[in-house]
Amino acid sequence: MHTGTADDRMALKAERIRKRFGNGDAAKEVLGGLSVSVGKGEFVSIVGPSGSGKTTLFKIIGGLEPPTEGEVWIGGKKTTGERGHISYVPQQSALLPWRTVAGNIELSLTISGLDRRTAKRETKEWLARIGLGEYADAYPHVLSGGMTQRVSFLRALLAPQPLMLLDEPFGALDALTRLQMQQWLTSIWEESRRSVLLVTHSIEEALYLSDRVIVLSASPAAVLEEFAVPFPRPRREALWTEPAFNAMKQRIYELLRQP
Amino acid sequence: MGNKRNLWAKIWPPAVTLAALLALWQAAVTWGGIDPWLLPAPVSIVQEAIAVWPRLMDHTGATVRLMLIGFAGGSAAGFGLAALLHLIPWLRNVAYPLLVLSQNVPIVAIAPILTMLLGWGLLPKAILVGMVCFFPITIAMLSGLENPDPQLRDYFRMIGTGKWQLFWRLELPHAIVHLFSGLKIAASYSVLSAVVAEWLGTNKGLGAFMLISSKGFQPDRVYAAVIIIVTLSLLLFGLVALAERLLIRWRPGSGELTK
Ligand SMILES: Nc1ncnc2c1ncn2[C@@H]1O[C@H](COP(=O)(O)OP(=O)(O)O)[C@@H](O)[C@H]1O
Ligand SMILES: [Mg+2]
Repeated sequence: MHTGTADDRMALKAERIRKRFGNGDAAKEVLGGLSVSVGKGEFVSIVGPSGSGKTTLFKIIGGLEPPTEGEVWIGGKKTTGERGHISYVPQQSALLPWRTVAGNIELSLTISGLDRRTAKRETKEWLARIGLGEYADAYPHVLSGGMTQRVSFLRALLAPQPLMLLDEPFGALDALTRLQMQQWLTSIWEESRRSVLLVTHSIEEALYLSDRVIVLSASPAAVLEEFAVPFPRPRREALWTEPAFNAMKQRIYELLRQP
Repeated sequence: MGNKRNLWAKIWPPAVTLAALLALWQAAVTWGGIDPWLLPAPVSIVQEAIAVWPRLMDHTGATVRLMLIGFAGGSAAGFGLAALLHLIPWLRNVAYPLLVLSQNVPIVAIAPILTMLLGWGLLPKAILVGMVCFFPITIAMLSGLENPDPQLRDYFRMIGTGKWQLFWRLELPHAIVHLFSGLKIAASYSVLSAVVAEWLGTNKGLGAFMLISSKGFQPDRVYAAVIIIVTLSLLLFGLVALAERLLIRWRPGSGELTK
């Protein structure tokens, strides 16, 4: 059935998503009917207060939670409640402690649908490329926080699913590592141009990385405003010193501060 | 080097304590006027053990066989039952309370029933030992299967991991760590329950040997059997701990190469 929402150029369309937890008097509406879309090859960020339901939105897009109302379309197909259509970088890296770094990546890739040989080859090649070649056979607990998130990101990047969801991937890192990771991520992304939806609570991070920024209200979450980010790519490291950058940052900050 | 020194530092205090206790015991019996019918001296226990060594080893062999069959059978049953209860949730809800209830039936009470049903052979005794062993394993395995890191579970479900893959790749490996704590408990129980099973009717095994010796007023033989039982118990426990170390190498501090 054609409803008019199917659009092959869109990597993701989440339409009028509403989510209530519990029922009766204890019911709590977390998502208030919001719509979010990501174009093919577009990098979109969501910023919103913590507890506003960003992780819940990801769980709905990923098919872990059914929405109370609304539909999810991925790559032009209706996928509401279906899993396996996305690749995912969770808040904590979620590496299996009993598998080596390479083993972790290979497992996720085969689950995502790659054949074993390709998974092995890609893993090896890319670990070397991001400077972690010598950790391929090490267990995750020897990695630093930044390395762990790089592995977690690589695992999602190599999966064949065209849409990547990143849930505050740098939230647990210290400021300096975080900055390095943002630069690293843009450089890799600018080469690969995957469709990305990133959740963050850092306005600067959203502006620095994205083509578009979506600002959410506190719960029940609704879209307050969307901003197209006009800065040319490749993004320069010194972007955050530009007046235009700071003006946007200020506007988003004001939006989020409203009660 | 450092490891060896560490080991010695751990071993010598209990070793010295043990030697002192033995000396005290010997002295108490030799000069303290303790009746050797009540408490034979260590030296006479060793002398008696050497005198009846071939018979003692025969009985030990029978006990070891019973204990290993019961331990292996009980562990396998416990492992299988845990997996089954985990994969079929309604069965778990029905069976779990019964399982806990079954542990309140004392082993000594079941023994005559088993003998009644299955006669005097090896089978009823092995079943008895197995019944004692499987419970700690089922409980440990089940709790291991149920509670891997929810972040990991969400991640793997999000990228489309099916129920079986989730079981093989996440839940089962996670449960292995728990399994070993169950196996260690079961190892200690298996020796104990094998001896009790032998008390209840047989003329083979250390349990039977103890009964016959105590009826024949040969306390030094009873003590010799006790020492062998303790040794067996320690040995089986040590084997399980060794298997654990060999199998779980990925844990922090387990000394794998970090480069
Ligand atoms: N399974 C659940 N049951 C009930 N409430 C939930 C559940 N999951 C999340 N919530 C609630 O939804 C709100 C949003 O949570 P979350 O999506 O994690 O926010 P964010 O990721 O934006 O910080 C929180 O108040 C949380 O308590
Ligand atoms: Mg969150």
